Amino acid sequence: MTTDTTTKDTSPGASAPGTTVLDARGVTMRFGGLTAVRDVDLTVSSGEIVGLIGPNGAGKTTFFNCLTGLYIPTEGEVRYKGQVLPPKSFKVTAAGIARTFQNIRLFGNMTVLENVLVGRHTRTKEGFWSAVLRGPGFHKAEAASRERATELLEFVGLGAKADHLARNLPYGEQRKLEIARALASEPGLLLLDEPTAGMNPQETRAAEELIFAIRDRGTAVLVIEHDMRFIFNLCDRVAVLVQGQKLVEGDAATVQGDERVIAAYIGEPLENDPGAAEAAEVEAAEAAAEATTDAAPGKENDR
Amino acid sequence: MTTQTPPSTAPAAPATDTPTGLIGIPAHLGRALATGGSALAVVSTFLAWTWTAEFPGDLTVYGYPGGLQVLVLVGGALATLLGLSSYGVRGLGWLTPAGGDAALKYATLGTFATAWYTVLAISFDLGGLVNLEPGGYVVAAATLIALVGALALPFERPEPDPFDPDDTGWERFKHESGHRWATVRAAFTSHSPGPVRALPSYVEILIIVAVLALALVVFTYGIGTEYDELFVGFLITAGFGFSALNRSGLIAHASQITARHQNITVCGAFVAAACFPFTQTDDQYATLGVYILIFATVALGLNIVVGLAGLLDLGYVAFLGVGAYAAALVSGSPSSPLGVHFPFWAAVLVGAVASLIFGVLIGAPTLRLRGDYLAIVTLGFGEIFRIAVNNTDGTSGPDITNGSNGIASIPDLNILGFDLGIQHDIAGFTIGRFANYFFLMLVITAVVVLVFRRSGDSRIGRAWVAIREDETAALAMGINGFRVKLIAFAVGATLAGLAGTVQAHVTYTVTPEQYLFAGTTPPNSAFLLAAVVLGGMGTIAGPLIGAALLFLIPNKLQFLGDYQLLAFGLALVLLMRFRPEGLIPNRRRKLEFHEEADAPTVLSKTGA
Repeated sequence: MTTDTTTKDTSPGASAPGTTVLDARGVTMRFGGLTAVRDVDLTVSSGEIVGLIGPNGAGKTTFFNCLTGLYIPTEGEVRYKGQVLPPKSFKVTAAGIARTFQNIRLFGNMTVLENVLVGRHTRTKEGFWSAVLRGPGFHKAEAASRERATELLEFVGLGAKADHLARNLPYGEQRKLEIARALASEPGLLLLDEPTAGMNPQETRAAEELIFAIRDRGTAVLVIEHDMRFIFNLCDRVAVLVQGQKLVEGDAATVQGDERVIAAYIGEPLENDPGAAEAAEVEAAEAAAEATTDAAPGKENDR
Repeated sequence: MTTQTPPSTAPAAPATDTPTGLIGIPAHLGRALATGGSALAVVSTFLAWTWTAEFPGDLTVYGYPGGLQVLVLVGGALATLLGLSSYGVRGLGWLTPAGGDAALKYATLGTFATAWYTVLAISFDLGGLVNLEPGGYVVAAATLIALVGALALPFERPEPDPFDPDDTGWERFKHESGHRWATVRAAFTSHSPGPVRALPSYVEILIIVAVLALALVVFTYGIGTEYDELFVGFLITAGFGFSALNRSGLIAHASQITARHQNITVCGAFVAAACFPFTQTDDQYATLGVYILIFATVALGLNIVVGLAGLLDLGYVAFLGVGAYAAALVSGSPSSPLGVHFPFWAAVLVGAVASLIFGVLIGAPTLRLRGDYLAIVTLGFGEIFRIAVNNTDGTSGPDITNGSNGIASIPDLNILGFDLGIQHDIAGFTIGRFANYFFLMLVITAVVVLVFRRSGDSRIGRAWVAIREDETAALAMGINGFRVKLIAFAVGATLAGLAGTVQAHVTYTVTPEQYLFAGTTPPNSAFLLAAVVLGGMGTIAGPLIGAALLFLIPNKLQFLGDYQLLAFGLALVLLMRFRPEGLIPNRRRKLEFHEEADAPTVLSKTGA
């Protein structure tokens, strides 16, 4: 990776290590009668990489959306550096929380550089009149934006592909570009939603190094991931979300050793597990389907 | 990424008995026939094609091509040159950087179509083949020979898909006809040409000047066509000629050169457009020029809203109407209830601000929504504007707009003592009323082009494109979607209002019936949108060309009459089926619609 060159300059959104960046208290999200997230507390300090894991449907992405202003939590509040988050996602980004998406959402028909420049939107001010009149301020700001975007592309290792269309990048590079685009808004906290989904081991390792490099720039990182090895290597702290509730939180060893986590992942039913009946039904149906069709489904992709 | 079919001409197994071209003539003979036939067609345009001058254009003269003969001459000359170039004649290689065969096919097809259209038109108009002189027979035979020869040229055949032996006859038929269609298409495609090598910049600028001059000549010729047959012939020749040049790779090279000198190209295009009135001897076609320019300018304004920000606006013509009515009300017209006469600059300001206010009023409540709601609301607004203007006549409502009679006898503009209503003599050229307005309108067009280019390539323009591509992701990048969309909407409305202020003075009268959703005469909302889509969304040249075509075709082809809208609909359906990105595709849009297309910046082999 090209990390060694750029790790020195910390990103402007960074704060002194140890201070709390994100503070979510009692976040509950209900959709009608369904409670997707129930009373979750989570803090992220600067200079920290925090992981969020949990089986499918545990409410990880819903919780993420609560943090980024896409959803407004039914109860509880989310504070970023002491300020309650505004309820609009573009204001959250302006406040300093940037995110990537589980299913990559790049602007496919823009070039790689333009994608990153879009990420600079909140940190620049040139409006319509400035664009039409093109005063000296416009050129200066545009040049600064381009310089910063190019720097970020170098940082994630896409410097040579600045003029390619985003859609033409291979999958792993699209993930990197999404991270560069998020970093362009100079966040104090970066939220990564399954950054290694669909990656091969080499790409996963590269992503790991990239995230460490981002941490070293002073940006706190919160990662959702399925890949256990990846998350336990990477994170200072890991929180486990099961059925919308936080089960355990702690360092890798604590979480790995906790039998409730193992139970949640291996499938031993919890007491009064409301989903057990359905899960059994689904399993039975799957078994029946597998018996009839000999197409053994590849289980490597657990989404 | 690059799904260009690999150059496997399949001469391996079945090549012995299958012909390499579409027609089973040896390739070298075909090439000779195509080139020779085209040359013969050129010669034949100097012969008489018919005996009487009753057929328009007078095709009876020996040694002096007229009317449709000129078109055949141009097509034949192009085909001959392409044919010679495909022989590798020294000095003509620049004509066909992407290979000459497909281009030659298009050129001969165009010549053939024009010549046979002429011959058939003569026979039908005058009643029988007997009216043809030997020259007519010669040109028909020559172009047919050229076409047959060109079709015999080799091309890369697509591999036939194996078919299921259990298929029914109908399925097999579908399969085979699909393959046949793919073969025909392959016969008419060519590779994309390589990059043009760097020339000295004065040469490149000369090339740009030549391209612009050619465009001006073609456009002026199209506007000046005097009868239906000539205009149809013009469309056939221009269409196939453009396709031929496109296949030969010349267009791609020219656009690469213009992309290197964008500012010079834009300025040159305005100079070329400003030359247009000087090419006209009477006001008849200058009038068309003004109307086309108004239509094209409004279409370009709509392109900001639709092409850049992706907001579907079905009532855009209402903003033109707001601007026109605002200008008419303060123009000092006797039928305006206000009875004030503002100077031009103030009237322009009033028109633009009125449109801006209406744009914000319509946009503010609706732009918070996504998707099709906006289209429905703008469609409604367009109709509300027209009906409201109809009703504010003093009986059904307050007396503001004079109802369906409209505001009549709007006085001509007078800018700094220069009366646009009368003729002026400048350097030996007589500049009539419409030419005056043409120049004024050109200034407005320049403003719109400037706004489009500069805002498109800036922070706000990138935000527009991002919103169009993926609104959720754009919001997550910190873009205030509502605000950015409202700016696009308001800018579009203001520019339309600006054009409207001039339109009111050009047409003397503004009535509500000028601002329909769909009608037979442009500009109306449907035609404006069609001009943008037909020309190519998100480009500058696209809407200008689309608007020119959409204005000229109904105007010139009077025989279409009542079937005009039907033909228009059919043409749109066909276009959307075969070229959804428009005539002048935007780089982004082209990729959106043709997944398999070659990317302009092709990936290096690292990904593969």
